[in-house]
Amino acid sequence: MNTATSNGTLESLLRGQPALPASPLAWLNRLRAEAVDRAGALTVPSTRDEDWRFTDISPLTKMPFHPVSSPSPLDAGEIAGLALPEAGARLVFVDGVYAPHLSYNEAGIVVENLAAGSSRHGTAIEPHLGRHAGFGDNIFAALNTAFLRDGALIVVPCSVSVAAPVHLLFIATQPEAVSYPRCLVVAESGSTVTVVEDFVALQDAAYFTNAVSEIALADSASVRHVRVQRDSSAAFHIANCAVSLACASRYQAVSIALGARISRHNLNVLQASKGAECVIDGLALITGHQLADTHSLVDHAQPHGVSRQSHKCIVDGAAHAVFNGKIMVRPGAQRTDSSQSSRNLLLTGKARIDTKPQLEIFADDVKCAHGATVGQLDDEEVFYLRSRGLSDAAARNLLTYAFGAEIIDRIPVATLRQRLEQIVLAQTHR
Amino acid sequence: MIDQDSKVLLEVRGLRATVNGIEILKGIDLAVSSGEIHAIMGPNGSGKSTFAKVLAGHPAYQVTDGTVFFEGRNLLELAPEARARLGVFLGFQYPIEIPGVANSQFLRLAYNTVQTERGKDELDPLEFDDFVREKMKLLEMNPDFLDRSVNEGFSGGEKKRNEILQMALLEPKIGILDETDSGLDIDALRIVASGVNRLASKDNAIVLITHYQRLLNYITPDYVHVMDAGRIIRTGGKELALELETRGYDWVSAEYKQTATRATA
Repeated sequence: MNTATSNGTLESLLRGQPALPASPLAWLNRLRAEAVDRAGALTVPSTRDEDWRFTDISPLTKMPFHPVSSPSPLDAGEIAGLALPEAGARLVFVDGVYAPHLSYNEAGIVVENLAAGSSRHGTAIEPHLGRHAGFGDNIFAALNTAFLRDGALIVVPCSVSVAAPVHLLFIATQPEAVSYPRCLVVAESGSTVTVVEDFVALQDAAYFTNAVSEIALADSASVRHVRVQRDSSAAFHIANCAVSLACASRYQAVSIALGARISRHNLNVLQASKGAECVIDGLALITGHQLADTHSLVDHAQPHGVSRQSHKCIVDGAAHAVFNGKIMVRPGAQRTDSSQSSRNLLLTGKARIDTKPQLEIFADDVKCAHGATVGQLDDEEVFYLRSRGLSDAAARNLLTYAFGAEIIDRIPVATLRQRLEQIVLAQTHR
Repeated sequence: MIDQDSKVLLEVRGLRATVNGIEILKGIDLAVSSGEIHAIMGPNGSGKSTFAKVLAGHPAYQVTDGTVFFEGRNLLELAPEARARLGVFLGFQYPIEIPGVANSQFLRLAYNTVQTERGKDELDPLEFDDFVREKMKLLEMNPDFLDRSVNEGFSGGEKKRNEILQMALLEPKIGILDETDSGLDIDALRIVASGVNRLASKDNAIVLITHYQRLLNYITPDYVHVMDAGRIIRTGGKELALELETRGYDWVSAEYKQTATRATA
C-alpha cells in the first residue's frame, strides 16, 4: 500500500468531521480536536506493521466510504426479528445515527445516547470517555473519537444490580457508509450489569463499521459483555474495546464474529487494581474469503489478578482467522493466575489460521498457562458418533457445531444464545 | 442362554486386521447366535479391543483377510453408521467427551436415526425426554446427565452407564461391550451388570470383552473365549473364566502352542 492511497483514504474519511456540531462541553471538543490531529498524523497500517502482519486491510482503503447524512427510516416492525425480549433497555443506531423511536429504557439506570447524555452526566463521563481506548497510535480509535457524537452511554450507580440486559443494536443499511459506533459503560462500585453489543446488517452491502467501546469497572463491580458481530459479508469491521478493572471487579466477555469481509477486534483489558478477574471468550466462525482477526491484551498490572481466556475459530472455505493473545504480567503483579487457550478448527485445505499466544511475564510468583491447537475434527469423536448411527456428514456437522456452541453457551441471554445456535447450526450444516 | 431355535447373528471367519501396517488380528473365528452371552478374555495386547473396533467399523483398522457376516450381510463392506443401524452396538472402553453437545440432544439424534432406519416414528424432544428418563431408571442415573455435555466431566462409572443407556435406547441385536467393567467400583459394576442383564433377551446377543473375571460374577456367559496374540485360542463355558482367574493366562497359551506344534508336525 502506498502512502498516497493511505492519506487519500484518511482525507476522505475525515472530510465529514468539521460538519459535526460542537458540544457544550469544552473537554469533549478538545478530545475530538486532538483525535482529528492524531488521525491526520497517523497512517493506515499495512502488513509491514507487526500488529497487522496477517491482516491486509488495503481493500478497505480502496473504497470511498462516507458518513451517512440521512439514515434509513426504519420502523419497529422491520427490526422485530432482532429484538431481545429479555432486554430492559435498548438503544438502536442506524448507520451510526441514534434512532430514538426504536429505543427504550426500562432498566432504571442511565442508558441513553451519548450526544444528549454527555452534558447531563459530564462529571461521570469525563474521567472515562476517550481515556481507556487510547488513540495516540491507533488510527481507527482516533477516527472514531474524531467523529464522537452519537453512541451508547450506560452508567450503573453504586451497588445497583441490573438483571435485564442492555441491548445496543447497531444496524447497517447503506452501502459505502462509514459509521463510528461508540459505547461507554461506567459501572460504579459494587454494581452489576449485562451489556449486549449487536452489530447487524439489513443488506449485503460493503460498508465500514469502526467501533470503539470503553468499559470502566469500579471496585467490586461486575460487567457481563456480549459482542456479536454479524455484519454483511462484504463489510469491513474494525473495533477497539478497552476495559479497565478496579479492585476485585469482574469482567466476563463473550465475543462472536460471524460476519464481515475483513474484521479486526482489539480487546484490551487492564487490571488496574488488585484482585480483578476477567473471563474473555471468543468465537470466530467464517467462510468464503472472510478474514477475522482478534488481538487481545490482558494487562495484569496489579497483584492477585485472575484471567481466563478461551478463543476458538472455525474456518471454512478459503477464509483466514488470526488470533494474537497477549498476556502481560507487570513487575509486582504477584499471584497472578492466568490461562489462555486458542483452539482452531480448519474445515478445508484452503482455510487458514494464524494463532499466536504471547506471554510477557515480569513477576516471579505467578501461574500462567497457555495452549494453542490447530486441527481438523478428531477421528475418534467422528467414529463415536457414527457408531451410534449418525452419518459421517451428520457427525462432522454436529462436532463442528459443538465446537462453536461451547462458546455460545456462555452467553447469558437465552434468546440471543438460541438465535446464534441456529446460525451456527445452519452454517456448520454442509 | 443357549437355545436350539436361535439363529446365527454374527459369523466371523479367518479375520485378519492391521493398524498402521502392523497385524493385530491373525485369524479370528467366532459365531454368535441370538440369546447368547459371550465373554472374550485375554491378556493386555491380545487384540480384544481391536476385534471390537473392527466389528464396529473403526476406519483406523484395515481388514486384510477373512469375512464377517451379520444376519447374512457382509458387515465389512458397510460404514460404521450402517452397521449401527443394522443393530451392531459397540460400548466404548473410553467413551468420548463431546463438549457443546447436550447428552439429551445426542441421545435423541442417535435414537431417531436408528428408529427411522427401522421404519418407526421419531420422537420429539418432549416424548423422548419421558422415554429416556424411564430407561435411565434402569441404570439408576440422575436425570441431570441429560442436560450436561456428552460424557464431559462424567466419572468413569457415569460414562459406562451412559454407554449402557445408549444400548438400552438403540436396542441393538448384538451389543459388544469393550471393557465396560474397567474403572468401575463395586456398586457401579453391579448397576451396569444388572442393566446389561435386563437388556439381554432371546432375540439379541451380548459380547463382553473383559480383562477380569469380576464382571462375570454378575453376568453369566454361555461361552468364554480366550484371545492371545490376535487369535481365539480356547473356548469353554463359564467355568473357564474361573479357571483363568485362579491360574492366569499362561497355561492356556502354552497348551495352545503345544496343540499347534503337534498339528503342524
